[in-house]
Amino acid sequence: MSKLLTRRGLLKSGAVGGAGLALPTIFTASSASAFTNEPTGGTVTLGFNVPQSGPYADEGADELRAYELAVEHLNGEGDGGMLNTFSSKALGGNGIMGKKVAYVTGDTQTKSDAARASAKSMIEKDGAIMITGGSSSGVAVAVQGLCQEAGVIFMAGLTHSNDTTGKDKKANGFRHFFNAYMSAAALAPVLEKLYGSDRAAYHLTADYTWGWTQQESIQAATEAIGWRTVNNVLTPLAATDFSSYIAPVLNSGADVLVLNHYGGNMVNSLTNAVQFGLREKQVNGKNFEIVVPLYSELMAKGAGQNIKGIVGSQNWDWKLGDEGTAAFVKSFGTKYGFPPSQAAQTCYAQTMLYADAVERAGSFNPCAVGEALAGFEFDGLGNGKTLYRADDHQCFKDVLVVKGAEDPQDEFHLVEIVEVTPVAQVTYDPEHPMFAGGALGECNPGA
Amino acid sequence: MEAILLQVLNGLDKGSAYALIALGLTLIFGTLGVVNFAHGALFMIGAFCAVTVQKVLTLSKITLDPVKTDFLGNPLQIKTPYVEGWFGPEFGAALIDWSVPLAILFAIPIMLVIGVVMERGLIKHFYRRPHADQILVTFGLAIVLQELIKHYFGANQIATPAPDVFRGSFDFGAMMGMDPNVVIYPYWRLVYFAFAAVIIGAVFAFLQFTTFGMVVRAGMADRETVGLLGINIDKRFTIMFGLAAAVAGMAGVMYAPINSPNYHIGMDFLVLSFVVVVVGGMGSLPGAVLAGFLLGILESFASMNEIKSLIPGIDQIIIYLAAIIILLTRPRGLMGRKGVMED
Repeated sequence: MSKLLTRRGLLKSGAVGGAGLALPTIFTASSASAFTNEPTGGTVTLGFNVPQSGPYADEGADELRAYELAVEHLNGEGDGGMLNTFSSKALGGNGIMGKKVAYVTGDTQTKSDAARASAKSMIEKDGAIMITGGSSSGVAVAVQGLCQEAGVIFMAGLTHSNDTTGKDKKANGFRHFFNAYMSAAALAPVLEKLYGSDRAAYHLTADYTWGWTQQESIQAATEAIGWRTVNNVLTPLAATDFSSYIAPVLNSGADVLVLNHYGGNMVNSLTNAVQFGLREKQVNGKNFEIVVPLYSELMAKGAGQNIKGIVGSQNWDWKLGDEGTAAFVKSFGTKYGFPPSQAAQTCYAQTMLYADAVERAGSFNPCAVGEALAGFEFDGLGNGKTLYRADDHQCFKDVLVVKGAEDPQDEFHLVEIVEVTPVAQVTYDPEHPMFAGGALGECNPGA
Repeated sequence: MEAILLQVLNGLDKGSAYALIALGLTLIFGTLGVVNFAHGALFMIGAFCAVTVQKVLTLSKITLDPVKTDFLGNPLQIKTPYVEGWFGPEFGAALIDWSVPLAILFAIPIMLVIGVVMERGLIKHFYRRPHADQILVTFGLAIVLQELIKHYFGANQIATPAPDVFRGSFDFGAMMGMDPNVVIYPYWRLVYFAFAAVIIGAVFAFLQFTTFGMVVRAGMADRETVGLLGINIDKRFTIMFGLAAAVAGMAGVMYAPINSPNYHIGMDFLVLSFVVVVVGGMGSLPGAVLAGFLLGILESFASMNEIKSLIPGIDQIIIYLAAIIILLTRPRGLMGRKGVMED
């Protein structure tokens, strides 16, 4: 053998080459392309990562319906939905940059590890260029981190924790949904109007990232209008019977119970609180009240008549009268037979915003897309004028204060809009202490 | 004092649910020697019997409103329950209002049949297999049943309210001369406690005072000898499986107004109920009931703010902590029998 080709050299080269080939494509795709999963054929694949099993499966199913509708509209099928009302006219119903939109789905199971695994699989095996969806802040933060490492854009679904665009924000991640701070900022003036400024609040809080930031936000906002906070009790996420946490409330001197719970937790804690007759009691000479800072039509359905008169907040509601909402409700309602949830609307809007950003950037490169989204102002997607703020990739738009309908005309009218809080009232400084501790960092194209 | 009284009431209520499920589990383990991880699913099916009866009673005739429109601008559909048409608006509305108690009548035969089919169709093939195999197959069955329910009813919780007459709460404090609103407890939870007491009493009376029960108890003590006497103990044990399923199902029906049921409601109780069975003593019916109430009360006390501020997180571990202490001091559980699960 010549000196150039020795046995040892051959083994070394083989080992290095083999290791290179064995590396997951997530780390090597860039060697052949400018960025992760650069679309080369006639289609582009989006990854819809939603809870298809577990407690939020119904919400996940609604998200998936919205995504399917968005894909139809992007590909020029159906009635076009909010493409017709979107202020940006970059999309023409011919896919994204002329490529037909295809999609793959993953099941988050509302578990961070499962959500990361399904997102990873869609990126590595299916070549997804963008990941979107989810119904939990824990999941959103986990998947956002993965997308940052992998070099793809993450368009968050339903996630309401301040941390998603606060301490855990990432350059590749974008959130259209509102957050806990905004809920509290919208709710406080309405609560003052309805219940006065001399109130004592008792908080029950789900013991995880969303619960903590929700409680911190609503406590600060209600104390600013003069309320006192009597107690804050953390409840396990797995709790189903809240009676032992609710029983001491009436003896605490509180005249308001704030339930910082979501999903099944909220349905159970509210049901338990109403069973204890809290809403029929008088404390400190006032009617006892219950507040649920964040809820949805789906949760209202689960809570049944217990939701009547309960004040909360929403990102969007199908009963809004604007043009974008009307177009979306018509498309969705005609296809599926019932109005869309707020989770469905945010997912549909995120898909449109991503596709539009690609068209405006003229590239699928996540850094170019991110640049097109950051600081983008738009209208016609159901929430009025909206800004995708460049500092933290959070959308700023009007917020809805809602309450459970006293006499709903049908199962779709369980929630009624009390007030549309203008965006100026819920806007905060990017350096606000509740959002401090993180940085967007650099965009990662996966190169 | 008031806080302690409140948590005792809470504990009795939580304990009622634990005791009812653990009672059924122990009946199955004591008679058939099977560790049944599908027992939580039977509780869930019971809760969905209540949901089904509510849905059937609210099946409606649809007419179109000439004035109002729906979300798509089409004439609004007005739904009038058939029962209101057949029996008059007042009696029809009362039937719907009382759907949960009525569901008991529906649940008993359904659960008996499900129990017997489950035992004859699946469980009996695993009598002579190791407990690990029994756990695997029954756990698998529980997941299948759970997914079936999710497929037909969705993953969201379904509101299943108690009759209107039981809305609100009873003021124990005022009754005992304390200030009003100091010790209050929901009427329906008191009904649940009373219901659990009646069911537990009925099961014990059935086993204690009937010939059938006597044979079953003899079979639990020494199956082989009872068989040698020419008694078909297998048939009786199958009926006991059905009875245990009915007890779990009734517990589920009555629990539906306390927490709106979803497909996972059985799993939420399953692990805790197994702890209750082990703490009470494997195969001991009084032990299961005693441990159910004991652990329920302990869990309630651990949720008190005063206790949580002393030991953060105690509410999440108290049951397991109590189980460790009891099993260290009484390895067979509170009322465990010698020889059960000791081979």
